[in-house]
Amino acid sequence: MLKDLKRVFSYAKPYRKYFVLTVLFALAGVSLSLAIPVFIGEAVDCCIGAGNVDFERLRNIVLILAGMVAASALFQWLMSLCTNKLAFLTVRDLRADAFAKLERVPLRYIDRRTKGELTSRVINDVEIVSDGLLQGFTQFFSGVITILGTLIFMMTINYRIALVVVVMTPLSFLAASKITKATHDSYVKQSKLRGDMVAIAEESAGNQKLVNAFVYGERAEARFAEINREYGSAGMKATFFSSMTNPTTRFVNGLIYAAVGLLGALGVTGYSKFIGKMSVGRLSSFLAYANQYTKPFNEISGVFAELQNAVASAGRIFDLLDEEEVSDDSDKEPLAVRSGDLRFRDVCFSYLPDRKLIQNFNLDVSPGERVAIVGPTGCGKSTIINLLLRFYDIDSGSIEVCGRNISDITRDSLRSSFGMVLQETWVFTGTVAENIAYGLPGASRESVIEAAKAVHAHGFIKRLPNGYDTVISEDSGLSQGQKQLICIARIMLMDPPMLILDEATSSIDLRTEQRVQRAFAKLMEGRTSFVIAHRLSTIKNSDMILVMKSGNIIEQGSHEQLMAQNGFYASLYNSQFAS
Amino acid sequence: MKKLLKYLRNYKKELFFGPLFKLLEAIFELLVPMVMAKIIDKGIANGDNAYIFKMSGLIVLLGVCGLGFALTCQYLAARCAYGFGTELREAMYRHINSLSYSGIDKIGASSLVNRLTNDTNTVQNGVNMFIRLAVRAPFLVIGAATMAVMIDVRLSLIFFVVAPLISIVIFLIMRRTIPMYRKAQKKLDRAAMLTRENIEGTRVIRAFSRQETETEEFRGAVDDIADCSIAVGRISAILNPVAFAVMNLGIVAILWFGGVRIDGGSLSQGELTAFTNYMTQILLALVVLANLIVTFTKAFAAASRVSEVFDIMPEESGEGLPANVSDSNIIDFRSVSFTYEDAGDSSVKNISFSLKRGQTLGIIGGTGCGKSTLSSLIPGFYRPTEGEVLVQGLSTAEWRLDSLRRRIGYVPQKAVLFSGTVRDNLKWRKADASDDELIAALKIAQAWDFVSKLPGGLDFTVSQGGRNFSGGQKQRLCIARALIGEPDILILDDSTSALDYATDLALRRALRTEMSGTAVVMISQRTTSLADADLIIVMEDGEAVGIGTHTDLIADCPVYAEIYRSQMNEREGGSNA
Repeated sequence: MLKDLKRVFSYAKPYRKYFVLTVLFALAGVSLSLAIPVFIGEAVDCCIGAGNVDFERLRNIVLILAGMVAASALFQWLMSLCTNKLAFLTVRDLRADAFAKLERVPLRYIDRRTKGELTSRVINDVEIVSDGLLQGFTQFFSGVITILGTLIFMMTINYRIALVVVVMTPLSFLAASKITKATHDSYVKQSKLRGDMVAIAEESAGNQKLVNAFVYGERAEARFAEINREYGSAGMKATFFSSMTNPTTRFVNGLIYAAVGLLGALGVTGYSKFIGKMSVGRLSSFLAYANQYTKPFNEISGVFAELQNAVASAGRIFDLLDEEEVSDDSDKEPLAVRSGDLRFRDVCFSYLPDRKLIQNFNLDVSPGERVAIVGPTGCGKSTIINLLLRFYDIDSGSIEVCGRNISDITRDSLRSSFGMVLQETWVFTGTVAENIAYGLPGASRESVIEAAKAVHAHGFIKRLPNGYDTVISEDSGLSQGQKQLICIARIMLMDPPMLILDEATSSIDLRTEQRVQRAFAKLMEGRTSFVIAHRLSTIKNSDMILVMKSGNIIEQGSHEQLMAQNGFYASLYNSQFAS
Repeated sequence: MKKLLKYLRNYKKELFFGPLFKLLEAIFELLVPMVMAKIIDKGIANGDNAYIFKMSGLIVLLGVCGLGFALTCQYLAARCAYGFGTELREAMYRHINSLSYSGIDKIGASSLVNRLTNDTNTVQNGVNMFIRLAVRAPFLVIGAATMAVMIDVRLSLIFFVVAPLISIVIFLIMRRTIPMYRKAQKKLDRAAMLTRENIEGTRVIRAFSRQETETEEFRGAVDDIADCSIAVGRISAILNPVAFAVMNLGIVAILWFGGVRIDGGSLSQGELTAFTNYMTQILLALVVLANLIVTFTKAFAAASRVSEVFDIMPEESGEGLPANVSDSNIIDFRSVSFTYEDAGDSSVKNISFSLKRGQTLGIIGGTGCGKSTLSSLIPGFYRPTEGEVLVQGLSTAEWRLDSLRRRIGYVPQKAVLFSGTVRDNLKWRKADASDDELIAALKIAQAWDFVSKLPGGLDFTVSQGGRNFSGGQKQRLCIARALIGEPDILILDDSTSALDYATDLALRRALRTEMSGTAVVMISQRTTSLADADLIIVMEDGEAVGIGTHTDLIADCPVYAEIYRSQMNEREGGSNA
């Protein structure tokens, strides 16, 4: 815990000056505001009764007070400004680092985690660190100064009464910590149930059309009602427990106030020698202190809860930041694409050590050859692509592109020599033109349109509200097929030396697909290309078809050869025409 | 908005007594400085120690009572808020369940979920805070001011300057900062969006070697957040110090003018102390009040979003059941057109056809041509804008919709499973289906092979969203789910896209032999899947450009012929090899 804390503060290092200033301004602001009750007491003591008011002294005190109030307000303001800068700038750096890290971790790391989980680290966890650690810190710090300052001032007025206050202090702590604990447990239960409730709501209300179609409504209602009621009663308890804090500390505060009042008043009347000398003014300063004494305790215990959260969040962020990065390849040479031949030699690879996938995979591809990979889902088709582009590194063996081992060249140069279209389409929030020109940011509008026309996307793009300048995103209403066309146009524009198409046309309707296939055929002419496809019709004209099953090539050859073999491929192929 | 109030009707007691107890606590709290003033003015002035003891005891007693009242109020508030929230959510979900497809379209599924979970929570929180603070905070302000007036009318004028002044400061600053906070939130949302998109597109980004540009873009976005947050911080940082200064300067004024009043004999020392005490209380209460306004604004916005859902009328259903089930056509479309609400163009244009019991209807066409819309008119998900859809001779407008839908097995395009066991998921159409029935359906759907191998078989737990199944497995489970309970009509909305050809073929064969009494409506992109359908509709832009059997269409429908030829050409290429 301490390690993470230290590390967060090391992030704040460039903003050290704000940190130092925060502390200084807090000290100044808090001590000035603490001194105010003393002067108020003095002022009260100037006004004994009718005809007995020391106006000269009162005027001085009032003027000093006004000055102190103004100065304290100024320091409090400056403190806030510095805390803000400290917190927001630190958080900015932390967030930028976390994001940059995501670009450098191996894909293995990203593939194993959900999108939501990773996003939450960069966005929410960093936010919690900012609230809990950086802003919490100033609250904590000024709270501590307030408590210490209050005690010191009380000691100087009357140390005996102050001692009584000190003795009563643990009451406040005890109450706060007891309640916090009870609250914490019921909060954990509540947030778990809330998560369950939201999950059920997402399932049922999120698929409401399906629920209607199956007349499943009543059972869905019962399911929702059950979890909803559980959540309701747990939530009620958690809320009640947490709302006990304020009244309870107010009560403890009241007790201290009463004790101070009693002892102070008895001190003024001289009831007991033990209490020492008091005046009405001093009593009223004392009462003012007693009034604000427990407030910082309250705040500090609140800060502690937030601090725990923040440390947990910081831990998650640092886990990400400490993750191993892909190896540095800046000293390696870039790939110069000459021929376009590829070679897999005894390649072994598995995602999980105990589940073998690719074993002793061998493949030779001559320049310009069109290679197709077919096989049932999970057979390792897409894995070959992952390995070829070094999204994952092979366990043993070697892969060579244009005669160079791919581990001896830079990843960027390897990847940029391939144009890749994947089954999972990816468009980002930006205009259609920006999306198409992703690989070639400086491309002219004409070439963008030309690429779109080549894949028969021009028609629908033109019909969008702002044509090529329409802002699109993952859920902007484009169909899966339209998004896929945009991804294909991206590759058309790039004009890459080699091609990888992984189920690239799976979402496009049949007639458009046939047209797109013609465009691909033109693009693939004379270029080495890999095609993975479900619809066998699209790969029939490949130079070589690899039929894979559980990580191995079980058949290999041209369409004609494989049909002649009358094996797995032939049965797969024939099944699509049988009726 | 008013409609939501009825969910509070079971909590009238809490609503009344909660604030009342809070009020009592506030009164007791206000009395404390008065008692202290008495201690100073009577006890100390007269040296009456017994009086001091008695009055101190009274303060403790006031505290004990205050604690009791406050805790009671907090309890009542939590009970009322969560009781209300629970009832509201339950009623809301019941209402969502009664909506028609067009009703759901109006708000959208994800927004419905959001309103059902987040917005109801915000309203619930608003109710809680209302009971706890809506009475207390204003009362403390008014009470403190009243007490001040009772002590000294002229001196209390300072209150009437300070309290509004602080209120104005709070108001002005909040008015400036609330839109700024919203802006900062938007910038944060943008950073979240960039992160999400980046994770989604890692492969593409790396394939294009764009990591550095992406990092720079994100850096720009976080710079924006920092600038924006610091700008809001600069303004909101004014609030506390200024309120502090105004209040304390008020106290300074009280001390000076109080001194004058004491000199004149119209105010006592103790009363002066009480005065300064009330001043502090006012500030604290005003700050609470300001936060309360923010909470209520949010709660009202959420409440109106919730109300919008309740305002959508439930689906209208007829009461009719078909008279003679046996010999009529099972489905009749009579010049049916359909236009989605707010859409310019019709999605289904003037389509007529009939289908007999046990027959198969194929629908083929490009994306967005209206295939799915056409099929969703059969279970009455949408009502035709023109013409009539008859199922078993009865118009869908007259059918009792739940009975109609119970006769139809529906397999959606997107395979959706709920968390629970495989058995739970299969029993959707028929809650009391036996395992034998489930297994028979799984066998037809070509799913029994993998289900039987799952640990626990039918008791295997499906995780949220069916993540522990592959796309093809989910699709087959969804098909099996629709088959249970022998539906009269089975609708397959392009539901075999993730199956390989061999499995697809086996499925179609099994459907034909095992479910011969069921009429099948099959949407597909493959002519081969539809070739032996009794009737095929070829759709383009909502219109039926061809209706007939496979042979008819090859001859008469150029669109169909084109699709078919391209597929057959390949086949010939294959067989020639």
